[in-house]
Amino acid sequence: MSNYRIQGATGEWEVVIGLEVHAQVTSEAKLFSSSSTSFGAEPNTQVSLIDAAMPGMLPVPNQECIRQAVRTGMAINAQINKYSRFDRKNYFYADLPQGYQISQLYHPIVGEGELLIEADEKAGLPEDKVIGIERIHVEQDAGKLMHDQHPTMSYVDLNRCGVALMEIVSRPDMTSPAEAGAYLAKLRSILRYVGSCDGNMDQGSMRADVNVSVRRPGEPFGTRTETKNVNSVRFVMQVVEVEARRQVELIEDGGTVVQETRLFDPTSGTTRSMRSKEDAHDYRYFPDPDLLPVELDDAFLQECKASLPELPDAKRARYVETLGLTAYNARELTAEVETFARFETLLAETAKALGKDEAKLATQVANWSLSVAPGVLKSLGEEADPAHSTAEAQAKILKMQDAGEISGGQAKEIYEIVLKTGRDPEEVADAEGLKQVSDTGAIEAKIDEVLAANQDKVEQYRGGKDKLFGFFVGQTMKATQGKANPQVVNEILKQKLG
Amino acid sequence: MHPRPNTAFSVCRKLSNDDGLRRLRRYARKGGKRRQGAQGFIPNSRLGGHHDTHIRTRSVTDLTELGIKAIREGVKAGDFTAREVAEAFNASVAGAEKLNAFITATPEKALASADAVDADRAAGKALGSMAGVPLGIKDLFATEGVQTSAASHILEGFTPQYESTVSRKLWEAGAGMLGKVNLDQFAMGSSNESSYFGEVVSPWRKQGSDAKLAPGGSSGGSSAAVAARLAPAATGTDTGGSIRQPAAFTGITGIKPTYGRCSRWGIVAFASSLDQAGPMAKDVTDCAIMLEAMAGFDPKDSTSLDMPVPNWEAALSADLKGKKVGIPKEYRMDGLSADVAKAWDDGVQWLKDAGAEVVEISLPHTKYALASYYIIAPAEASSNLARYDGVRYGLRDLPEGANLQDMYAATRAAGFGDEVKRRILIGTYVLSAGFYDAYYNQAQKVRTLIQRDFTNAFEQCDVILAPTAPTAAFALGEKTGDPLEMYMGDVFSVPASLAGLPAMSVPSGLNAEGLPLGLQIIGKPFDEQGVLNAGLALEERAGFTAKPQKWW
Amino acid sequence: MSVDRATVARIASLARINMSEEDLDTLVPEFNNILNFVEQLSEVNVEGVEPMTSVIPNHQRLREDKVNADPLTGGDIRDKVLANAPAAEHGFFGVPKVIE
Repeated sequence: MSNYRIQGATGEWEVVIGLEVHAQVTSEAKLFSSSSTSFGAEPNTQVSLIDAAMPGMLPVPNQECIRQAVRTGMAINAQINKYSRFDRKNYFYADLPQGYQISQLYHPIVGEGELLIEADEKAGLPEDKVIGIERIHVEQDAGKLMHDQHPTMSYVDLNRCGVALMEIVSRPDMTSPAEAGAYLAKLRSILRYVGSCDGNMDQGSMRADVNVSVRRPGEPFGTRTETKNVNSVRFVMQVVEVEARRQVELIEDGGTVVQETRLFDPTSGTTRSMRSKEDAHDYRYFPDPDLLPVELDDAFLQECKASLPELPDAKRARYVETLGLTAYNARELTAEVETFARFETLLAETAKALGKDEAKLATQVANWSLSVAPGVLKSLGEEADPAHSTAEAQAKILKMQDAGEISGGQAKEIYEIVLKTGRDPEEVADAEGLKQVSDTGAIEAKIDEVLAANQDKVEQYRGGKDKLFGFFVGQTMKATQGKANPQVVNEILKQKLG
Repeated sequence: MHPRPNTAFSVCRKLSNDDGLRRLRRYARKGGKRRQGAQGFIPNSRLGGHHDTHIRTRSVTDLTELGIKAIREGVKAGDFTAREVAEAFNASVAGAEKLNAFITATPEKALASADAVDADRAAGKALGSMAGVPLGIKDLFATEGVQTSAASHILEGFTPQYESTVSRKLWEAGAGMLGKVNLDQFAMGSSNESSYFGEVVSPWRKQGSDAKLAPGGSSGGSSAAVAARLAPAATGTDTGGSIRQPAAFTGITGIKPTYGRCSRWGIVAFASSLDQAGPMAKDVTDCAIMLEAMAGFDPKDSTSLDMPVPNWEAALSADLKGKKVGIPKEYRMDGLSADVAKAWDDGVQWLKDAGAEVVEISLPHTKYALASYYIIAPAEASSNLARYDGVRYGLRDLPEGANLQDMYAATRAAGFGDEVKRRILIGTYVLSAGFYDAYYNQAQKVRTLIQRDFTNAFEQCDVILAPTAPTAAFALGEKTGDPLEMYMGDVFSVPASLAGLPAMSVPSGLNAEGLPLGLQIIGKPFDEQGVLNAGLALEERAGFTAKPQKWW
Repeated sequence: MSVDRATVARIASLARINMSEEDLDTLVPEFNNILNFVEQLSEVNVEGVEPMTSVIPNHQRLREDKVNADPLTGGDIRDKVLANAPAAEHGFFGVPKVIE
């Protein structure tokens, strides 16, 4: 339980949060028609006769949308309902050609599940917490209205209409903005791992309806409001904060919270009531008679299960236990699909190049991936071409470093050149002289010169002034313009100085 | 704005002969309610005949006496051309305006299909099972480029850019289209009086009376057209009896197959869980042929049956030896007219004569079927008809200063007829908050019990024999004052609809007033063959040959 | 059970059908007649009976995830989609301005 509290004029208040997340299912075609789901097409070009609800048109469900919902359900350890149905939610609006949305009220495809949000002191999460998920159901997205193109008309574009959405409904288990934010971020991460949603919140592929209520600690739930279509983790946290604060002030001023739908205005950072329609809540749900019950067989479920990738929690645990990474590194590396994918590719490539076990290299590769490489990339800014940042090139750099051919500083320098030019790292190391000298003969010669030029210091060292060893190392490195492998220098010096 | 053509005017410009001027005056009189397909088909044209170079001895009226099989065989044998058939029926359609059976006539379409068949025959190509047969198509089937109105104002002028699966299959089998036939608005009705394009008048009259009679409904344009020899056959749809009851009222034959046999894709929906298309024709054999052409799996319809279509025509047999026929005792109810009871008794004797054993069966929930139907069908309709909102097609009524929701309410008030509104409101009410369980869910549970009754009954029998309707055709206007009384006429047809069973009506004879009566055969799921065979046995023994005297 | 005029008016509004006072005069008694008739269903014992879901035993087929698999179910047909629109403008459907 988080100890997040709102300090009101009359005492402390607790906030209770539930999220309904709409996530666009990754599929080529729409839920009930074969028109395309791709983003950004000309208006009404991705509209079939079915999407436009022409008379006599009928829906047939897309298997991939069902499959993705099932896989998502499995990823949150949810009950998968082998029997589910589609229902019609009836209301009139210009973005809803059928006059009803096909959704699932009575028999959703996914039942109870859960999601773990990890402790993160810095983010205000003192300990791990499991958030309950009530259900996931599949439904149609609506079209879009444009209001600013004509003085007296709104324009309707049905391209989005009929795209499959998953509605993922949490339990009211969250009690702070941080938890709500962490829940959404984690959910997004899971969806992206599973590949059931691209998680592009700014394109609207994922948006949350935020249910907020406040109460005195330990008392029953208060009346909740629902703030619609919040499209970033930061905004969700902001909505919780401002809406809880608004409700507390309202109640403390003697008012009551009305159950209503609200909108968030990111510019002002406030929520406002949507004009409520008098019959908004009489949706007259009933089973869609154009569709039959969806019955899933074991083979289908097995395929769904088998196709699931390693999920964030499991991956994080493996990184710590098998690869020996720190908890921090493991969390950082597993948060985003792209991050772990880059890390794992690079780790495999490096292990292959060196013929070493992944576990032995993991920490080095993790450090490179999380701090060294991003640092170089950032310092170069626009000069860098990320396309040059291949796993192969990076593995070559790590290999040279591991073999003692280049120093850490040289690795960065080589990577800089690679990012700018796309040249081969080994060729860069050779051509630019960015290599440590490990040739014992050459180093020995230099060392001899250094010792000959500093006979007095040699005597002092042999007389017990151990600290002078560092001086000889420094002189040797200077004589070799810093290219000598320090380890080799050390060894030879020890021999010579006896 | 997308300009809406002034239909009456565009038709006027395309007509140059006297016929056209006469029709134009009629359009003006009717306030332009009728309209043609968007491509401006010349209505009821007789202009095509000059292409015919053959001299025939057979008169044109003879051809309109022929059914599907006779036309197909005659065209195949070269007794007459498909074009001659199309011309004969086009002429019949043109001469039957008083019946108001057609909303849109498409004589060119009929001729074009006929010419294609004649060309195929000349080229020695194989002909389809419906080759050369011109049809009336209920104006509920979307027909590409031809107005599809559902007999409503709200869809007046709607020109689909797609063809319904069933009509497409018919064209592929070589059939042609005479036009779009009238119906009750959105197929809601039992008398064809709810059409925005005016009531259909039955070609039948009581002896010694010229009172206008109902052709039945909702497929009343189909039944009237076939009975009056305006078409050898027509498509119908049946939600609670809309093929069988009009067939019974007009002395023709019609079958509603098992739910899912015919694709619903492209048919304007009334009640999705009940709607089924089927043929309406002169006899059982023609129904078998045409149903075979209409039926078949359609991946675009989730409720379509994914099973092969049997060759029903080839397997027709009137020999019922070893078959058991069930007589439901609950159907002997008050309100059953004496002549209908007598016809039912005749039917029992005929089926015995055909070799069947007759057993009494019980369908205990029969009395609840109508109530269940009049919750489920309106509930589904209230949602199915929500799409008619004036945004994407059809009528838009936009009063000055109206917002979006006002536009919906104005458009729907202007676009729907009274019966449609009544059903939408009942349906909205029974689904509304707090009433779902008491009405809709309860009705669906009772529906399960009704279906269970049939399942139990079919353990004792192969088919069920019952009247199609409790009375012969009633007069137009007789029942319009009391919607409930109209609903009661569906009492024998609705149970089979609720259970999704195949059922057909076959004419059994005339009553004392000279009006046809129909007998209904209800079969097991997927057993259209059993239904057709029993129907054939009835047909052979009934020897029904009566036809309405031409007065129109 | 009898339904009053206000209820019928509310249902008409929910169904987006304008009703004049005269319309309601006719409709309210008809509405009640029909409701009284269907009321008899409440006397049926439906204990343990499942509501009907599919009238003929049949399972839901699921289609392949393929764009424009069939021209009749796919997109790229804007002209057809807009062909019957009362107010098609610049590729959109026009409706009276909606203030959100």
